[in-house]
Amino acid sequence: MNIFVFVKRVPDTESKIKINREAKSIVEEGLSFILNPYDEFALEEALRLREAQGGRVTVFCVGGEECLTVLRKGLAMGADEAVLLKDAAGETYDGLRTARILAKALQGKYPEFDLLLFGKQGMGADNAQVPSMTAELLGLPQANVVTKLQVEGRAGTAVREIEGGEEKVEFSLPAVVSAQKGLNEPRYETLKGIMAAKKVQIPVVPVEELGLDAAELAAGLEITGLDTPSERKAGRVLTGAPEEAARELARLLRSEAKVL
Amino acid sequence: MILVYIEAREGKVKKAAFEALSETRRRADELGTEVGGALLGKGLEAAAAEAFARGAHKVFLLEGEALDAYSAEAEAAALSELAAEIHPEAVFFSATSRGKDLAPRLAARLGASLASDCTRLEVKDGRIEYTRPIFAGKALLTFRLKSSPQLGSLRPNVFPLLDTGRKDGEVVKKAAAVRSDQVQGRVAEVLAAKGGALDVTEAEVIFSGGRGMKGPENFALLEELSDIVPRAAVGASRSAVDSGWIDHHHQVGQTGKTVSPNVYFAFGISGAIQHLAGMSSSKVIVAVNKDPEAPIFKSADYGIVGDLFQVIPPLKDELKKLLAE
Repeated sequence: MNIFVFVKRVPDTESKIKINREAKSIVEEGLSFILNPYDEFALEEALRLREAQGGRVTVFCVGGEECLTVLRKGLAMGADEAVLLKDAAGETYDGLRTARILAKALQGKYPEFDLLLFGKQGMGADNAQVPSMTAELLGLPQANVVTKLQVEGRAGTAVREIEGGEEKVEFSLPAVVSAQKGLNEPRYETLKGIMAAKKVQIPVVPVEELGLDAAELAAGLEITGLDTPSERKAGRVLTGAPEEAARELARLLRSEAKVL
Repeated sequence: MILVYIEAREGKVKKAAFEALSETRRRADELGTEVGGALLGKGLEAAAAEAFARGAHKVFLLEGEALDAYSAEAEAAALSELAAEIHPEAVFFSATSRGKDLAPRLAARLGASLASDCTRLEVKDGRIEYTRPIFAGKALLTFRLKSSPQLGSLRPNVFPLLDTGRKDGEVVKKAAAVRSDQVQGRVAEVLAAKGGALDVTEAEVIFSGGRGMKGPENFALLEELSDIVPRAAVGASRSAVDSGWIDHHHQVGQTGKTVSPNVYFAFGISGAIQHLAGMSSSKVIVAVNKDPEAPIFKSADYGIVGDLFQVIPPLKDELKKLLAE
């Protein structure tokens, strides 16, 4: 089975986000960057499918050369190959632009694939757009936010999370699947894997060479502002015995906050 | 016209869909345009009638055998067929699990960028400005979309419902051209959570537990609280989920769900940045923690410094009394 996993480099979830209001961008200095946690579930699933059924796993990333680190992490975890689709645009928050780049790269350079795996969303932009968009551009079925995946021959079954339950999705291959936490427990890289990944010469393909026109590479969003939400103020601490505090809390929720 | 996808499951419209319809109507009035609702599938006549009170001027009922079981491919095809006919200025969804699955598929089909999971829409100089939380709410991004039509999805539990008082209006039935043999993936089965529990993203009140809950068995205390209060659900912090005390679909925060209930109760949750990001848009936050230095108190409207196991039983009684009044 030929599997492609799309990964993204994102700020660590414990990061405090600082903003440059003038540039309307996130201040990157001082942030530590990681492989998007949801992508780890996608990659782990790809590696397990390869181990069970054979095949190849390729990790792909759209971004600048700083993204080579997350591709190396993918290799260290066990991917066979990594490719950087080099893009200088930075974060555009436009999922369609990314999906067009991925779809074009696959059609032009890697048309043989069985499964395209993604994290359910890139942490940070939080768009959750690229998997469905890539599926549509390539005419493939999709299963998003998946916590269970089974592939047998040319057919797949996935369980996806919905409000208050789950949905079982049946599809034919090739297909797009996006991973949710709970799909598996991602492995740690081995020291040997890390050392080997360091030596790999990762192919770099500039997005300008994929054959997309200027309009397709233009960002579809015109950003007019970036701000932090107004900070919540610390409220009131209720003192006294638990019974008193509980009574006071119930009273305040009804008569002051008017939410119950 | 602005088209709004009205999500219905088993003939019943999701509240989030009516919220999206309501907000769209408010913005459409400012823009001087009309609102069309789109319902896909069969047996949705009653749902269509309800949409007029929530702001629809007109409702499109799209039917076809390929639309009987949900498939993003089939629904995107049916909606794009309708869009080609009525040329909407925008197509909006609610950002539910369904909306998040379908909206990007339709956006790519229409060649349009998508404003996902918006928490504010504003009309400025005749154009819509979208605001959406990024980094799970640590920052807010405001932007305009350059493409046409405009595609957007609206976060549930954020926009108030509208009541126009209208009980009927023009319903246009259409047969969708898409056939099921053109569809390569579809929902085969819906597996409901046990007891039909409400999802944290839909709940109006959330009773959430963290490391201070001490073990999986104590989450029953939170379930008891959520049974008392209407439209309530049980949430959890990452450390509770990673300890295996409760399933991941309860997790609130940056690797879980972003919620905005009327009241968020945090029991034994210290308040890590990634957790606060997921719940700080709650209208009211209540924290119960025995550590007076816990960062959660800095974000809480009401705090009780104390042992949650001593606070929950009297709180349960008080809530029962209050809701019986």
